[in-house]
Amino acid sequence: MKTLTLKSIVAAGVIAGLVVPVAALADTQFLGAGATFPYPFFSRAFYAYSQEHAGITVNYASIGSGGGISQFTAKTVDFGASDVPMTKAEIDAAVAANGAVVQLPDTLGGIAIAYNVPGAPKHIKLQSKTLADIFLGKVTNWNDPEIASVNPGVKLPALAILVAHRADASGTSYHFTDYLSKVSPDWKSKVGAGKSVNWPTGVGAKGNEGVAGQLSNTPGAIGYIELAYALQNDISYVALQNKDGNYVLPSIDSIRAAASQKPEVSATDFSITDMSGKDSYPIAGYSWILVWKNQADPARGKQLTDMLKWLVTGGQQYAEKVNYVPLPDNVQQVALKAIGSIHN
Amino acid sequence: MSQDSAELVTASPTAAARVARVHSSPVGDRVFMFLLYLSAWLVLAIVVALFLVLLQRSWPAISQVGLNAFTMLWDPGGGHFGVLTFIYGTIVTSAIALLVAGPIGIGAALFLAELAPRRLATPVAMLIELLAAVPSVVYGLWALFALTPAIRLFIGPSLQKTLGFLPAFQGPIYGVGFLAGGLVLAIMVVPTVAAISRDVFEAVPNDQREGMLALGATKWEMLTKAVLPFASSGVIGALVLGLGRALGEAMAVAMVIGNKPQIVASLFAPGYTMASVLANEFSEATGKVYISMLIEIGLLLFVVSLIVNVFARLLVWNASGRGSR
Repeated sequence: MKTLTLKSIVAAGVIAGLVVPVAALADTQFLGAGATFPYPFFSRAFYAYSQEHAGITVNYASIGSGGGISQFTAKTVDFGASDVPMTKAEIDAAVAANGAVVQLPDTLGGIAIAYNVPGAPKHIKLQSKTLADIFLGKVTNWNDPEIASVNPGVKLPALAILVAHRADASGTSYHFTDYLSKVSPDWKSKVGAGKSVNWPTGVGAKGNEGVAGQLSNTPGAIGYIELAYALQNDISYVALQNKDGNYVLPSIDSIRAAASQKPEVSATDFSITDMSGKDSYPIAGYSWILVWKNQADPARGKQLTDMLKWLVTGGQQYAEKVNYVPLPDNVQQVALKAIGSIHN
Repeated sequence: MSQDSAELVTASPTAAARVARVHSSPVGDRVFMFLLYLSAWLVLAIVVALFLVLLQRSWPAISQVGLNAFTMLWDPGGGHFGVLTFIYGTIVTSAIALLVAGPIGIGAALFLAELAPRRLATPVAMLIELLAAVPSVVYGLWALFALTPAIRLFIGPSLQKTLGFLPAFQGPIYGVGFLAGGLVLAIMVVPTVAAISRDVFEAVPNDQREGMLALGATKWEMLTKAVLPFASSGVIGALVLGLGRALGEAMAVAMVIGNKPQIVASLFAPGYTMASVLANEFSEATGKVYISMLIEIGLLLFVVSLIVNVFARLLVWNASGRGSR
């Protein structure tokens, strides 16, 4: 018996001696899942991170925000990502599963109002109220005086307006309807904000490419698409009236200007549509990362927080490369503070 | 493929007699019998399991939304989960698909099996079978960029000119809508119907044709009186399979139907189907009732498919005086 115990101790020691160095050398793999919106940014940034940090790889599955939140809550992934922060009910469910959740902004996206009007210039101007009226089905023709009055010298044809909106539930729709709710009391009471709302008029298309396809197919169509998509394709889009009354084109700078107006952004107060400031473009929104506040494995937790710290600071340079908007400096500080609250 | 369909046609009521004979046979045969039974029951078990899981997952919605599901307003954010518009869209687009694809598919199959020279029939049949394998998202993209402009500029206006007195062909033409959804489904269903029907026609024994011709029948009479009745149950099988594809297709329809939940008479108007709302909203859906409601739509789609299939078979059985035999 005694020899047996000794033997097994020796054996255990040998095995441990073999295993531990292997484990230390083995790749650390982090798995994330969630929204499709940040995927182009994530895939670029995570690739760069694993190039700089040998042995760490981050895989991200773009399965949608809903899937991301449920996979995160089920603890099958290291972090989740969502276009809109988790709701109270979702947080309660997650807290019951594994304790507190930390949510931090990771990148910014803008939304362009694109249109197809034959003979019109590449950027026409629109008032915020007019935009809401178009999507409410009140302004139905491109020669409407409401449009003409802010576009002096531009001759718009008598052409019926066809509204094209996203049919798939999306963060893009959420930020857009959130904006319309702010600028139009009518929209707020009749439709409201949401990823999937009961649209008063128009046709629904699937994804940015679906809306863009609908636009290019239909003279007279107007719709909203992600800025990155509008910039990468040759699409006409609107200079939109902001809160200060200026007409601003969506761009990385104008969206960053809007976001920097609200440095105290948090998971419970996250809307950055219709911001003041003369250069602010009014329709934009953050993408959010979800992590557990209590990390089970200290070493692994440290690697994860290091990676996230990099993502919201140095990693932001990769956002611009895919036409996403880097976090403003003051928001990077907010994100770092959130990461700092994670216990390893 | 051709053997499957041959069995469709020749499946005989003497199967029970054969089973009885097998019972007195050696071990190998028994093992084989057992495996066959197992596969048959497995299919049934999968269907039942599917139903049960759908039922279980949709229970939160069934208990909370209840009969309010059978209303018109779909507004998940506002807590309204009416699905009637989706059921309507699914039925209308599938009906268009079958009305268009049925005659074309059967006609093409008859031509290939009975009239076309071998040299032409074989490559064309291969092409048709290839079409059946094209992924639906490809059909959807093609429909979005080719079919919807064609509807807006040519098909729609000419339908409106000739049949505009019918409410189904009135109203503004956007391109996307019930008609676009139905037509893209029709294109997807044609290969299924044609490929299976052709195999069924080829399985019709030549005696049938020769007997008919010997009686002095024309080729047309031979086809309609000898070949079609003999093959009818197989052709119905082909149509039902095609209908199944139409009912369940999500992606291609989502791209061209306009995704507006409404019940209107005009086929030019945008609509929505059960499968496409699942494709559109499931990945981003958050909240227990919302997700559960989407699964309930899956359950309803399952039930609607079942009802439509049974109804279609009954209809055809009644019309043709209880099938071929």
